Amino acid sequence: MYKIITKNLNLWYGDFQAVKNVNASFSENKITAIIGPSGCGKSTLLRIFNRMNDLIEGVRTSGEIIVDQENILDKGIDLVDLRKKIGMVFQRPNPFPLSIYENVVFGQRVHNSLRKPELDSLAENSLRSVLLWDELKDKLHKSALSLSLEQKQRLCIARLVAVKPEVLLMDEPCSTLDPQATQRIEELMRELKNNYTIIIVTHSMQQAARISDDTGFMLLGELIEFGKTDNIFTNPLDKRTEDYITGRYG
Amino acid sequence: MQRHFDEELKELHRDILKMGVLAQEAIYKSIEALKSRDKLLAQEVIKADDKIDELELSIDERCIDLIARHQPMASDLRFLTTGMKINAELERIADLALDISQRVLEIADKPLLKPLVDIPKLSVIAQNMVRDAINAFIKRDVDLAKKVLLSDPEADRLRNFVSDELVNDYMAKDPKTADRAVPLLLIARHLERICDHTTNIAEDVIYMIEAKVVKHHPEKL
Repeated sequence: MYKIITKNLNLWYGDFQAVKNVNASFSENKITAIIGPSGCGKSTLLRIFNRMNDLIEGVRTSGEIIVDQENILDKGIDLVDLRKKIGMVFQRPNPFPLSIYENVVFGQRVHNSLRKPELDSLAENSLRSVLLWDELKDKLHKSALSLSLEQKQRLCIARLVAVKPEVLLMDEPCSTLDPQATQRIEELMRELKNNYTIIIVTHSMQQAARISDDTGFMLLGELIEFGKTDNIFTNPLDKRTEDYITGRYG
Repeated sequence: MQRHFDEELKELHRDILKMGVLAQEAIYKSIEALKSRDKLLAQEVIKADDKIDELELSIDERCIDLIARHQPMASDLRFLTTGMKINAELERIADLALDISQRVLEIADKPLLKPLVDIPKLSVIAQNMVRDAINAFIKRDVDLAKKVLLSDPEADRLRNFVSDELVNDYMAKDPKTADRAVPLLLIARHLERICDHTTNIAEDVIYMIEAKVVKHHPEKL
């Protein structure tokens, strides 16, 4: 079952074409990793999925992105609803300068008018889902900025989870974390995929190999190869993929 | 892009080739020792096995080290994992040559039960299969690996023929021939096992080159 399907997807920044005719299907409740050298268009592709690129001047897209039978590139799409459904975790954790509690419930405060007991339960469930509850339950009103980098990244994921998205987009979510924290975030991703569809952009091929079910390799805006992670890392079909993952590219 | 890793892989390649040469030499010498009833040559094969065991350990260590340090992917990963398996198969082949030499020592001082015809034929098949399997690995030659797999039934046929002959024409008729017939029977068995290990190498080589698993799936050949 596919959650996101792209059809002839293109994106231009002014005259520069950053994404070229991408056709791919992203499976529901799976982790899909997008890999490729810097500037290959992988983060741009990720950002199209919740229309983050719309914020950049001169951006133009063509093609289709079908999510639940709907083309999210259509003009009539409500971007607030879209970003609620398809949330993003960034490279550097970006908690708001508010308390831990307020960070988690922020989205629901914006979208709905929940009462205190409902917000409390939401905060607890969201923090539990990212395995932070036991650590932070007595510090909920402390500033989120006092947390460690890993805790901040988990908190940002909890903040997303609290608005009940269906897809989590992760742009290099572990690049600022040490190996132990990275491992813990990866374990969390494995837990989360039971409930969410996850697409992760990563520079670490080992990370892609460890955690993803499917992998796509991009080069110069093109999706060169897309398939089961097991196959991509043991027997890639395209020589350019082979050269990249074996370190011969460049 | 030139990679330092490629140099390390080449060194590993050379070591596996060396292992193959030593294993081939062990089979050749053990059969020569049988044919000429040369106890010294048989003992030489037994002694040389320590060197082969050492090389096996060093190749294994090198593979593990390369996997740990480079975390290889795709064709590099297939080469390293295949290299480890081939290394183990070659070590077993050399052990079987040692077993043949031990059988030679058992019968060297006794009169030959019968002229040696089919065992030398079987040994030629085994040596050719080992040579072709190693060459298939070195030259990345799938056709040669397939040729190795196709040779195995003939080795099985010859071994069965030798066994039937020794059991029915000698031991059944005169049980006193058993002490000279059984070592020959075992030698045929050792040679046939060498062929089996060689088919494993050929299957591994096909996986290394084409990422296709033909082990236990002959229909995929």
